[in-house]
Amino acid sequence: MTLFRRRLLETGKELSFEAAKMALESGGATIGDVDSVVMGTAPDAFDGIHMKGEYLSDGAGGWRKPYTRAYVGGGTGVFAAVAGWWHVASGFSDLCLAVTEEKMSSCQPHPQYAFLTIFDHTLERPLRPNLLWIFALEMNRYMHTYSIPKEHIAMVSVKNKGNALHHPCSQLGAKITVDDVLNSEVIAWPVQLLDVSPTSDGAAAILLASEEKARELTDSPVWLDGVGWSIDSAYWTNRELAYPVYAEEAGRMAYRMAGITDPSKEIDVAEVYDPFSYKELHHMEGLQLCPRGKAPGLTADGVTQKDGDLPVNPSGGLLGVGNPIAAAGMMKVCEIFWQLRGEAGKRQVPDSPEVGLAHAWGDLMQFSSVVIMRR
Amino acid sequence: MTGRVAIVGVGATPCRTITPDVSYKEMMFEAAQRAYSDCGLDPRKDVDSFVTCAEDFWEGTSIFDEYVPDQLGAVLKPTCTIASDGIYGVATAYMQIAAGAFEVVAVEAHSKASEVLDKAQIQAFALDPIYNRPIVPHPYLLAGLEMRAFLKATKNTAEQCSAVVEKNRGNALHNPWAARGSHVTRESVDSSEPLFEPLRQLDVAQHADSSVVLVLASGDRARRISDRPIWIRGVGWYTDDGSLETRDWRKATYAAMAAERAFEMAGINDPAASLDFAEIDDAFSYKELQHMEAAGLCAQGESGRLAEEGATTLGGELPVNPSGGSIGMGNLLEANGLMRIAQSAIQLRGEAGANQITSAQRCFALSWRGLPTTSGAAVVLERVE
Repeated sequence: MTLFRRRLLETGKELSFEAAKMALESGGATIGDVDSVVMGTAPDAFDGIHMKGEYLSDGAGGWRKPYTRAYVGGGTGVFAAVAGWWHVASGFSDLCLAVTEEKMSSCQPHPQYAFLTIFDHTLERPLRPNLLWIFALEMNRYMHTYSIPKEHIAMVSVKNKGNALHHPCSQLGAKITVDDVLNSEVIAWPVQLLDVSPTSDGAAAILLASEEKARELTDSPVWLDGVGWSIDSAYWTNRELAYPVYAEEAGRMAYRMAGITDPSKEIDVAEVYDPFSYKELHHMEGLQLCPRGKAPGLTADGVTQKDGDLPVNPSGGLLGVGNPIAAAGMMKVCEIFWQLRGEAGKRQVPDSPEVGLAHAWGDLMQFSSVVIMRR
Repeated sequence: MTGRVAIVGVGATPCRTITPDVSYKEMMFEAAQRAYSDCGLDPRKDVDSFVTCAEDFWEGTSIFDEYVPDQLGAVLKPTCTIASDGIYGVATAYMQIAAGAFEVVAVEAHSKASEVLDKAQIQAFALDPIYNRPIVPHPYLLAGLEMRAFLKATKNTAEQCSAVVEKNRGNALHNPWAARGSHVTRESVDSSEPLFEPLRQLDVAQHADSSVVLVLASGDRARRISDRPIWIRGVGWYTDDGSLETRDWRKATYAAMAAERAFEMAGINDPAASLDFAEIDDAFSYKELQHMEAAGLCAQGESGRLAEEGATTLGGELPVNPSGGSIGMGNLLEANGLMRIAQSAIQLRGEAGANQITSAQRCFALSWRGLPTTSGAAVVLERVE
């Protein structure tokens, strides 16, 4: 993966190229060995480029290859790994390169203006909604339903930004306190500045191989054991926002495939989508990593710390490493890869984890993609 | 890639130049209902996964997949968007089934082109923003350049391209799904307004609105669901050179590679002899000829003569676009490929009415993602397993 930064000088093509090259080098392969390429990148509106996948194709290594862009909003990063999985599992490819890229800084003055176009053109856009206030609605609903103190949610930001201090690509690694979060600028109550991940540029990529090919390339492959994804209704105003049922559905699909019956015990390390502090908790509950309403307490007890019983977002997550949408999801897959191989350096969780989970969330609070990885 | 996958349900709304009476959601709902009732499945119970093919800028909405689950019956199901042409969606569904993840997958693509006020401007947004956008006054200029390069390299002629238009508009006259059927003579194409020479007004497939839904199922399920499944024997998709500066403008390399892969998977060595008809992209008249040659349906430089002599008409040796193609049915943006497959399936089932080709068994469908891309996908379909 590349650096995650607010304004990188590289173009989207160049970022894709760099991430793709690193993934190939990590896997000991060349672009000539690759049978197919999957591209993951979120709204075209960021770059103002129609058919952004086509534009990025040569940078991502898609030249004269089967090349497809899979696209599920914020869930795209992990979903690119899922799409890579079916390219290989179907027997279509022995080696598939999944590249994700985001260049949010092209959108001036701020990518939030592009997000206006994700809303229903008739019912919602005239209200000029933005993501911060719809997630404030959801966060309020979550806090209200389970009587969650803001202090517990703030601890997610403290933990993730702290973890990110050890991530070489991170944008906002920092040593902060709960008070810093609670005293930061209120953006749309209860969302405060330090509850939110930054906008970023960046790219990340992985190389997926069939069983035979994987053993040829490396002695320490990490297996994709389960994949899952699910979408809920577009009418988010009609849904119960306190619980992400789509995350549960996506998780259950992946657990079924991976033969996992009790995720809270069997998952050793989890990278859960955390564009906002409360979302990490919200998603942990949806993914059955803990009972409903219990994630904030577990966080307060330190269970999700790097050395806790269930380390969550040891990378530093989106809050710490940064949030170039599609690349941020793939960053989580990369982190689980490094964690399971014991290559995470200072971020390494103890006791040689064997099973990890990466999750991303997208669309109108409506979609989740999940992969289960095993050493 | 092994594993048997068949098309068991076909549904679409008729192509129309405007559809002010329905929203895209209503159009999708109608196409989906037709496809599900065609195979007798309940999407909430029986369909495992949903794939939609769409591009944000055509839809006027970012992250368009947000707005697809409700009208397809896909709420709380695995659903995703492939930002590409409909045949890529079919390829995705095929892989999902072959990977063992699902047994039944629905694929949707649509066009609401009538609501896109300036389609050329949207296409211009697909050009490199720094190097190309400032110097390309209109995306059809690229079609003019490519047509010139193709005709020059192959010695085909613009007059032969006119025969393609005459044929496809004529075929569409008898296709109740088509929006652009008419009696157009070669001479009237020749004398239509020049756009970017040698491209003329009638060489261009005019847009239309439609939604297409296909239901795919794994081998065993397909046989149980349908007594007339259409088997997908081969599939391929390729992207060539995205850059205008370095691509080969003479030939459709993406189509050649995609077709080769699909034919190889289907075990076909001699496409022209093995196929009963082909439904291939004709977003511009010359593209039908270029795609015929790329896919190996005829020798290099032969496509124009075949079109001129009527070998690709309904009664010809190898009918091409018996449905009327995009020129006759209407250009459906990302739904073109899915409509080519839907029309192929209808032919293979023997339900094509006045356009029916007697005892059609096997066919080939090819899509192109349109200007300014060099991406396309191909499938081989067969009636008999």
